[in-house]
Amino acid sequence: MDFFKNDLSALHDQLASGELTASALTDETLAAIHAHDDVDAFLALNDDAAKAQAKALDEAGTFERPLAGLPIAIKDNIVTKGLTTTASSKILGNFVPPYDATVIEKLNAAGAINVGKTNLDEFAMGSSTENSAFKVTKNAWDHTKVPGGSSGGSAAAVASGLVPAALGSDTGGSIRQPAAFNGIFGFKPTYGRVSRWGLIAFSSSLDQIGTLTRTVKDSALVLNVIAGHDDKDATTAEQPVPDFTAKIGQSIKGMKIAMPTEYLGEGVDPKVADQIRKAADQLRDLGATVDEVSLPHTKYAVPTYYIIASSEASSNLQRFDGIRYGFRAEDVKNLKDVYVRSRSEGFGPEVKRRIMLGTFSLSAGFYDAYFRKAAQVRTLITDDFAKVFDNYDLIIGPTTPTTAFTIGEKVTDPLTMYMNDILTIPANLAGLPAASVPAGFVEGMPVGLHMIGKHFDEQTVYQVAAAFEAANDYVAQIPGGAR
Amino acid sequence: MNFETTIGLEVHVELKTKSKMFSPSPVSYGAEPNINTNVIDWGYPGVLPSINQGAYSLGIMVALALHADIAHWTHFDRKNYFYPDNPKAYQITQSEQPLATNGWIEIEVDGKKKKIGIAELHVEEDAGKNQHEHDGYSYVDLNRQGTPLVEIVSKPDIASPEEAYQYLEQLRQLVQFTGASDVKMEEGSMRVDTNLSVRPVGQDHYGTKTEIKNLNSFNHVRDGLAYEQQRQIQTLMAGGAIRQETRRWDVDKKETILMRVKEGADDYRYFPEPDLPPIHVTQTWIEKVAAQLPEAAAKRRERYVSEWNIPAYDAGVLTLTKEMADFFEATVALGADPKLASNWLMGEVSGYLNANHLELAQVALTPTHLAKMIALIQDGTISSKIAKKVFQEIIANDTDPEQWVNDQGLIQLSDPAKLTPVIDGVLDANQQSIDDFKDGKDRAIGFLVGQIMKQTHGKANPKVVNQLLMAEIKKR
Amino acid sequence: MITKESVAHVADLARLSFTDDELEQYTSQLDEILNMVDQLAEVDTEGVAITTQSVHLENVMRADVAAAPTDLAPILANVPTHKGTLIQVPAIIDKEED
Repeated sequence: MDFFKNDLSALHDQLASGELTASALTDETLAAIHAHDDVDAFLALNDDAAKAQAKALDEAGTFERPLAGLPIAIKDNIVTKGLTTTASSKILGNFVPPYDATVIEKLNAAGAINVGKTNLDEFAMGSSTENSAFKVTKNAWDHTKVPGGSSGGSAAAVASGLVPAALGSDTGGSIRQPAAFNGIFGFKPTYGRVSRWGLIAFSSSLDQIGTLTRTVKDSALVLNVIAGHDDKDATTAEQPVPDFTAKIGQSIKGMKIAMPTEYLGEGVDPKVADQIRKAADQLRDLGATVDEVSLPHTKYAVPTYYIIASSEASSNLQRFDGIRYGFRAEDVKNLKDVYVRSRSEGFGPEVKRRIMLGTFSLSAGFYDAYFRKAAQVRTLITDDFAKVFDNYDLIIGPTTPTTAFTIGEKVTDPLTMYMNDILTIPANLAGLPAASVPAGFVEGMPVGLHMIGKHFDEQTVYQVAAAFEAANDYVAQIPGGAR
Repeated sequence: MNFETTIGLEVHVELKTKSKMFSPSPVSYGAEPNINTNVIDWGYPGVLPSINQGAYSLGIMVALALHADIAHWTHFDRKNYFYPDNPKAYQITQSEQPLATNGWIEIEVDGKKKKIGIAELHVEEDAGKNQHEHDGYSYVDLNRQGTPLVEIVSKPDIASPEEAYQYLEQLRQLVQFTGASDVKMEEGSMRVDTNLSVRPVGQDHYGTKTEIKNLNSFNHVRDGLAYEQQRQIQTLMAGGAIRQETRRWDVDKKETILMRVKEGADDYRYFPEPDLPPIHVTQTWIEKVAAQLPEAAAKRRERYVSEWNIPAYDAGVLTLTKEMADFFEATVALGADPKLASNWLMGEVSGYLNANHLELAQVALTPTHLAKMIALIQDGTISSKIAKKVFQEIIANDTDPEQWVNDQGLIQLSDPAKLTPVIDGVLDANQQSIDDFKDGKDRAIGFLVGQIMKQTHGKANPKVVNQLLMAEIKKR
Repeated sequence: MITKESVAHVADLARLSFTDDELEQYTSQLDEILNMVDQLAEVDTEGVAITTQSVHLENVMRADVAAAPTDLAPILANVPTHKGTLIQVPAIIDKEED
């Protein structure tokens, strides 16, 4: 099946008309992944369960449910009942969840078929997927380059045509940055829009599950299914869930768009910045106004993020202690050994670095200067957005300062790696919905146009993203290395 | 040199709920290890907590009973530490802004009343249980993990082990009467940690304090504190210094034993729990809880004395536990005479409970049946002697007393038409006794009554028998 | 400037152990990161409230109703060592435990 030509709607129509069976689609998808996962996107395939599910759908013969029979890949930090879930960590190498994440339950209820689990930076900590304990995923456009991260497996799987859609999670850009690097559409909904129940927590106040798809509409179709309040997640909002496809195709005439000067400043590759300015002109051509604005606290986003995310992570990851599940070190002498050796042998270097930074930031004598200070600056960053949104409908900029970098280039230099997230982090700190839309190429590598919307106004993001998508043919361009 | 003592008490009270504080798994005891748990209790990857509103309301109820100021805005915090019975390696608690602050309890020692301040009350989750065996391993049972607790922290107002004892007694009673907790030390639904320091009278700063753990009853608390007070004074008098340490009360040796010396403060890295939105306790919520707050023991005592003429001492006994007070009031509400109901509860019922090591909730007796039995006594249907027999039956089996005395044929024989033939028969057969009586030997009457009782299997109403017998003898 | 000793202390709090070389490396990396973080000090946050959640909700609570526990079999299958339904760990020697 050619997922470059067939989006979810097209596949749905073929299944509904009987032109295609769910079993054929599933078998073909799985066979293609087995044979051609050249980007090393997948950690585990869900062969048996997926085939059984497809067969049951064919036997029932109804494809009315929104995602019935459609293959989707799941980032491996989202728990799947009975299917090993590792978060790409040795410490969870043998972990079989006894329950499904809420998003998995919802996908199942909508008839979607989980074909397998995708690679990520260990516990979603990273921007290149090089921090996986199991494999290094490659960029779909150039196998010597990183796919971005942490949802690098999901992004590369969609970009190389292995699946039409995948779930990812985004704590500081982990959906949008790999989407940008791989030339696909990545969407992080408003914090609280999608339940985190079953998402292995990295940073509880920042994590949000979202989609990686080729088209804007496919993203909206998947979000329609996974969004909504969940009694199991007290941070999900009671907001009504609209039809996220409703404004797709509508004109953006009169739309007021802001472009922060800070997003095109120092550190951003001028060629990337040019591409984004061109995109802004296109949006003007489509009838929107695009004004330059200021988000003065932008430069503090990276330190603020690293303190908050690492502090929460240091606490969230304490449960990986070798006692109740996961990896326990061999030949332990005593209880403290179980803790220290299981954790020291089970976690990779980047995860340890963040645990160390977070533990330090919360420790006696440093809490006020680090955690508390960062939580205050977070307020100022949020207020910056609120002021702009008093007058504008949407904020745009580049998703990343550069296009995908080379594998191995930054992995030994944490600080440079962290700075790569500067443009995506602010939306997480403020909990805003944000997307990366394909916006052309620089030297053959994809560039992403970043769009940030108001709280719970995913619809405007979809509307503008779809208009931009329709005005270009980027979605038709496929990586040379892909099938 | 004279010393003064400062005692602090941290009391953990389990709130009586159906489900846990942050997880919907059932709260229950005695179950097979880990059987009443879910993925939240196990701290599984991906799980999230959810706040039990019922538990928080019970916390508010306890705070109201302890006259504390309830915080309108609060949130939960994480307290981070590694321990096998602490599955997430953090406990969800309230550190920055507790449920309530600034409460008090009034105690009475040697006839003097004193208010003991309560610094704060906070809601948190209980840990699981570690078990130790002699095979080189410890074992973890998470059934208790997540049980709702309220921790009650006293101000440094307690000045003696006896005051500590009285504080705990009052605290237990106040909480027990709210119905929010069973507050039983022996079952672990009430747990006490203590700290004590001494200082020479006049010194402005507190002395170094030591903590005592492993205190399983109020008596142990009093004994442990008394020992520790003496130990500290003696140490200081001998020129020694007190170290900040945790000690354990050894019941057999009757002394406190060093467990560990504290080196610096623990670093729990508290921070606001990001998974739970803040709690906004509105005035409406507080009023709703206040409306459900049962009447406190002291109020009830006053009412028993003034409305029902119950002696003050008896009123005190009846209000030792909420169960007894509720039982008493229910019995009276069903029409029983308050004084008789009180006598039965303090006498036979309490005697039965003590003899069988039972609690009121564990026996089958209901206020309905106790009230019914008292009515049977009052209307002469049964004698007080028979009543004791009836009581044994209704407390053990909750049998309907009216039905039972009927079935067993225990109803008193008071009908002259039925008694007269029996009396005639006895008199006919015992002319000698009649003669003796007429000769002034009063004892003869006793013999005749005994014969009548024998023939009626003890059911004859003694009062009626006496009247009829005297009348019949006079005729002869 | 963060010292090797304080990094070792933090590692102990986090139940992580490092070789001497690793400790050197983590010390210098953390130092670099903290230098970057220290620019937060220049932001005036006098009177600014902290943000710990980005979407403002309150009183998200559930009624006190018990739900069935999770089936224990798959949970026990994940436990590294257990005896019956109990989780087994090396003996806890901390005497504080009652």
